[in-house]
Amino acid sequence: MNIKISIESAGKIFGDGKRDIVALQDINLTVGSNEFVTFVGASGCGKSTLLRSIGGLETLTSGSIKVDGVPINGPGVGRAMVFQHYSLYPWLTVMGNIKFSRLLQVNRDGITSSDVEAASGRADALLDLMGLTHVRDAYPNQLSGGMQQRVAIARALLPRPQILLMDEPFGALDAQTREVMHDMILHVSKLEKTTIVFVTHDVEEAIYLGQRVVVMAPRPGRIDSICPVNLPAQRDQDMKLSPQFMLQKKEILTRIRETAGMRTDLDLLERMTRQAAAGT
Amino acid sequence: MSTDHSIQPLHRKVIDGWCAFWVIRGHLSRRTYLMFALAGMLLPLAAWWWLSGSGLMDKVFMPSPMDVVSRVYTWFKNDGLLNDIWISTYRVVVGFALSAVLAIPLGLMIGTYRPVQALLEPLTDFIRYMPAVAFIPLVMLWVGIDESSKIAIIFIGTFFQMVLMVAEDVRRVPITQIEAAQTMGAARGEIVSLVIFQSAKPALLDTLRITMGWAWTYLVVAELVAANSGLGYSILKAQRFMQTDKIFAGIILIGLIGLAIDQLFRWLHRKNFPWLYKK
Repeated sequence: MNIKISIESAGKIFGDGKRDIVALQDINLTVGSNEFVTFVGASGCGKSTLLRSIGGLETLTSGSIKVDGVPINGPGVGRAMVFQHYSLYPWLTVMGNIKFSRLLQVNRDGITSSDVEAASGRADALLDLMGLTHVRDAYPNQLSGGMQQRVAIARALLPRPQILLMDEPFGALDAQTREVMHDMILHVSKLEKTTIVFVTHDVEEAIYLGQRVVVMAPRPGRIDSICPVNLPAQRDQDMKLSPQFMLQKKEILTRIRETAGMRTDLDLLERMTRQAAAGT
Repeated sequence: MSTDHSIQPLHRKVIDGWCAFWVIRGHLSRRTYLMFALAGMLLPLAAWWWLSGSGLMDKVFMPSPMDVVSRVYTWFKNDGLLNDIWISTYRVVVGFALSAVLAIPLGLMIGTYRPVQALLEPLTDFIRYMPAVAFIPLVMLWVGIDESSKIAIIFIGTFFQMVLMVAEDVRRVPITQIEAAQTMGAARGEIVSLVIFQSAKPALLDTLRITMGWAWTYLVVAELVAANSGLGYSILKAQRFMQTDKIFAGIILIGLIGLAIDQLFRWLHRKNFPWLYKK
């Protein structure tokens, strides 16, 4: 497998010099071509910061991130990003949003609007792939949250990016919609041969989607462990009930709980219940 | 058992209807809404009518609505009402347009680029607390007493507020909309013109609508001090001749023109930003 992304002793410190927060500390990781890697971890572990750094939206304070061996410098067309929400342009229709990156090319590269029309075959194919054909002329605020995220994904895929970066893209969706989106994004990854880096706080989602699950730990933000997922390449929803899946979920949850340093104090809760019952 | 509302006694229905009005953030049918709105307009009018006819106040100080209507007619017929309306509207529109033309690009810069914000925002904040009215003597010394002085006062009154409001509108553009454009390879200029400006447009039009109201306030101030025509000037002159009916007429006319312009802005909003109104 070719290496697509290599993260080399990446570090990121937020702060004004007085009180620094180490968001990322000495991160080393490689992601293969057409691999699907998911990141989980307690809040504050830096998983979003790392994703945004790959996207070029954050600059590292030490180390480097290379794509195809070339260090990245700011955002680039080859690395598309899907956000949790509020990233669509409400004044453009679904089709207008999907073609937005083409509009930029019209402005910059002297591509004429007829070229864009000629290239709209790609946009139509994506509409079809995402099941959006019937809403192509609707505005984003007329769509449900799940449909809006489909538009965001289609928009990101239009310029055929080699890397798709997803920052909790399904975090605001209900459980049923999320399952549909999971199978859809797995389909996309196979069809488009896109390398996908996916950040989530949902362990089940991370295992179901990822070929590897990277568990991160907070304070300082670092990689705790990397878990290869032991499931057949072709996923289906029933696998979530299989013993291997459960076992892996348990392992990862344990790692997250341990690194977060948080534990439910059952004794304390028990005491409080008793005191309340006694009326003291 | 079915509930049949028609057999409820009448007083029960009235009480239920009354309670329904006091549901917090409740719903009102369009007809009922219009009824309330009409009552809200007509009640003060009726009160005015009654007060002016009751003899409690001298007719000289409290003209009746009919007096005001007939004054509007003679003003229109003999005293050049249309000319007054035209010149006042002209001053407002020019002063307002001038401040909009400068405030929008400047506010866009302040809301987009930190150094511009640091350079200009504290200064603007400071100037906007200086009362525009206090600039009148200075403006008259600098630009004289012709049209440009009235326009200058309207400009001073609206511009500094407008810049800050535009900057705030621009800052409210969601950062994810901007970052999405960055990851799609948009250059800086493209982000400003194709994302930030487009995204802020509806809020900008609202800002223009609100500041237009202030422009009318400053028009009256300007005309009260240095003019020999216009609605504000006519109000001042009417005071000298004890024509309270004309004062009433002038104030109400300015209110009506303001209302019409406000409605025009709202119409433009619906027309230009259909996506906000489709659900």
